[in-house]
Formats: sequence, C-alpha cells, structure tokens
Amino acid sequence: MNRFENFKNGLIKENPVFSLFLGICSTLAITTSVDNAIGMGLAVICVLVLSNCIISLIRNITPDEIHIPVYIVVIATLVKIIQMVIEAYAPSLNTSLGVFIPLIVVNCIILGRAEAFACDHNVLDSALDGIGMGLGYFIAVFVMSFIREVLSTGGFQITNMFNPDQIFLKLTIIPEDFTISMFSSPVGAFLTFAVLAAFVSWYKDRQAKKEEAAAKEGK
Amino acid sequence: MAELFGLLFTSLIVNNVVLTQFLGMCPFMGVSKKRSSALGMGIAVIFVIVVAAFVTYALYYLVLVPLHLEFMDLITFILVIASLVQLTEMFIKKTSPALYKSLGVYLPLITTNCVVLNVCLVNIQNGYDIGHMIMYSIGTPLGFALVLFIFSTIREKLEISDVPEFFKGNAIALICAAIMSMAFSAFAGVI
Repeated sequence: MNRFENFKNGLIKENPVFSLFLGICSTLAITTSVDNAIGMGLAVICVLVLSNCIISLIRNITPDEIHIPVYIVVIATLVKIIQMVIEAYAPSLNTSLGVFIPLIVVNCIILGRAEAFACDHNVLDSALDGIGMGLGYFIAVFVMSFIREVLSTGGFQITNMFNPDQIFLKLTIIPEDFTISMFSSPVGAFLTFAVLAAFVSWYKDRQAKKEEAAAKEGK
Repeated sequence: MAELFGLLFTSLIVNNVVLTQFLGMCPFMGVSKKRSSALGMGIAVIFVIVVAAFVTYALYYLVLVPLHLEFMDLITFILVIASLVQLTEMFIKKTSPALYKSLGVYLPLITTNCVVLNVCLVNIQNGYDIGHMIMYSIGTPLGFALVLFIFSTIREKLEISDVPEFFKGNAIALICAAIMSMAFSAFAGVI
C-alpha cells in the first residue's frame, strides 16, 4: 500500500468514528456547536500526530511487556501540554470543552493507532497516518456538529477560538420558527450519529459492489 | 445528608454518565450484546471506579498538592487506573474464566474507559469533600452498570427483529440509545 492510500483510508473507508466506532464518546458530547468541534478536532489531530511520531521513534527501545503503560504515559504527557496551551490561549474553548480535553487521553483512536500502526512503522508513515486518521476524526465531528447546530439553532457560526469576539462566518439557514431544539440534547446526538453511521455503511457497501462489478468486467 | 443522597441520585440517574454525558460509549456498544457479559462488565467497572476514585483522591491531596505537582494529575491518574485494571483482569481470570472470555478485549480497555478517568478528574475539579466524593464515585458507575444492563436486554430483542439493512448492528443500537436517553431526560425535572 502506498503512502497516499494510507492517508486516504482514514478519511472515509476506515473513518475512525463512523466505521471503526472509535472515540465516539467525545464525538457525541462536543458536537453541540461547530466551534467546539473545530477546536476539539484540531486538538485531537495535534495529539495524534505527535503521539504517533514519538511512539514510532521509541518503538525499538520499548520493552514488549510494558508497551501499553509506556504509550499511555506518552499520550497523557502530550494531552496535558495541549490542555495547558488551550487553557492559556483559548480560555473560552477550555470552558466549553471542559473535561473532554483531558479525556483525549482515553480517546481510543489515539491508543488504537499507536497499537495498530505507529508501533511497527517508521516516523514519516506514522505521522501521515496520524494526519489521515486525525482528519477523519475532524471531518466526523465537523459534519455532526454542523448538522446538529443547524437543526437546533437554525444556523451556524465560526469564531476565532483565540479571540471569541471575532466572528469569521455567521449564517442562518433555517428560520427560527422551524428549528428542532432536541438536536442539541443527547437524544439528537445519538440520532444524528445513528443516521450518519448507517449512511457510511451504505456508502461502503455501494463502493464494494462497484469494485466487484469492475473486477468482473475486467475478467 | 439529603444533599448527599441528592448527589447520589443525580449521578446515578439524572446525569447518567452514558446517556447524558456520553462517557463509556465503547463498552456500552461493545459488550451489550449479551446480558451476562453486560452484568460482568458493569460489576468490573464499579469495582475499578470506586477503588480508582479513592486512590487518586488520596494521591492528589496527600502527595501532589503538598509537592505542588498538580499538573501531574493526568499522568498519575492514568497510571493508577491502568494498574488497577491489570489487577482486576488477573482477579477475574483466576475466579471466572468464562466471564473473562466473554469480556474479551473490553476488559483491558477499561483503562481507556472514559468514565473511570472522568470520575477521578471531576472529583478534583469540583473540589468535592470526602462525603461528596464517595457518593459521586458510587453513583456514577452504578448508573453506568444499570444502563448497560437495560441496554443489553434491549439488544437481545433487537437480534431477532427485522431491521433495515444498513441500520443493522451499531446504527440501530444507537437509535435505541437515543430513545432510552429521551426516557432518562424525563428525570431531569425530579431534582
């Protein structure tokens, strides 16, 4: 498999959230607004790329029996650093994400990729894998938060996370009388996720059938 | 006293950790296919959380605060949890090999169960005293176990029902979770 394939895989076909069902706790919880999703997505990409690189660097000197504790300590250190950065430079993001920033430590995507990929690939491949998987997560939370925010408040807005007064983009799509406020509650999170997961499974099935047909014609 | 029981009830049902805070979704989806493994998982998680909460609470206030090492909280907590999970795993393997088999990979994954770390962190963040800490650390995992068990009974029924093709498996289970969460949100008015 070439490098680009690897990278592309994380986006849809092996999307960590919708098809591998990893890291769904934070996906469901922080997708109430597009702003939160972007902040969380960026934080996860940072941690994932850095942890993949470090784990791939130390893969030859890590004893096999204790590799999980070693990985966890690496990840926890990185998350703590990111948490301190967010606390210092984006305090409003820190309040709205709350406990979910430290909980990146236990986001299964990160440990999962360390275990499945970074521990036996070189640094460059691992970094690319981190970016691909991280983007997959980013897209997943972005799409979910977009659907939820538009349905529950009628529009969405993107603000500068380092300066909450600066609004980049603000759009209203649905008139106020027709919004469904349920979508900002947990119920809406579960429903949106279920429908998107079904959509991804439909898409994968269609792709597989297409490939099958192409293979048959080839013969 | 009433306030303490209020906290117990809130963390158990009103702010149920799975249905309103979405923590512990992985085992919630993963081990809820059979009633017996859901029950076993629930008990294992209760044990790990109660012990982990006590140990991390003591460590934080007796070791980290006097030494001004509060920023080490995340790393300390996760190490405590990882070793506790290892201990539980060894214990279950010895006493009930059947349960050990049915829990499979989800047993070591309690380490990365967000509920455990969440309880430890919230205890510190909200500045709970010992009474509140005990109530919160018992109520939360009980709520997790309760919902996991109810959900597993629903999923056993789902197994034999007719579901649209692409919703099979996790998608339909999530829809059930949505309906359960709707039911639990009715408790919000109680307190």
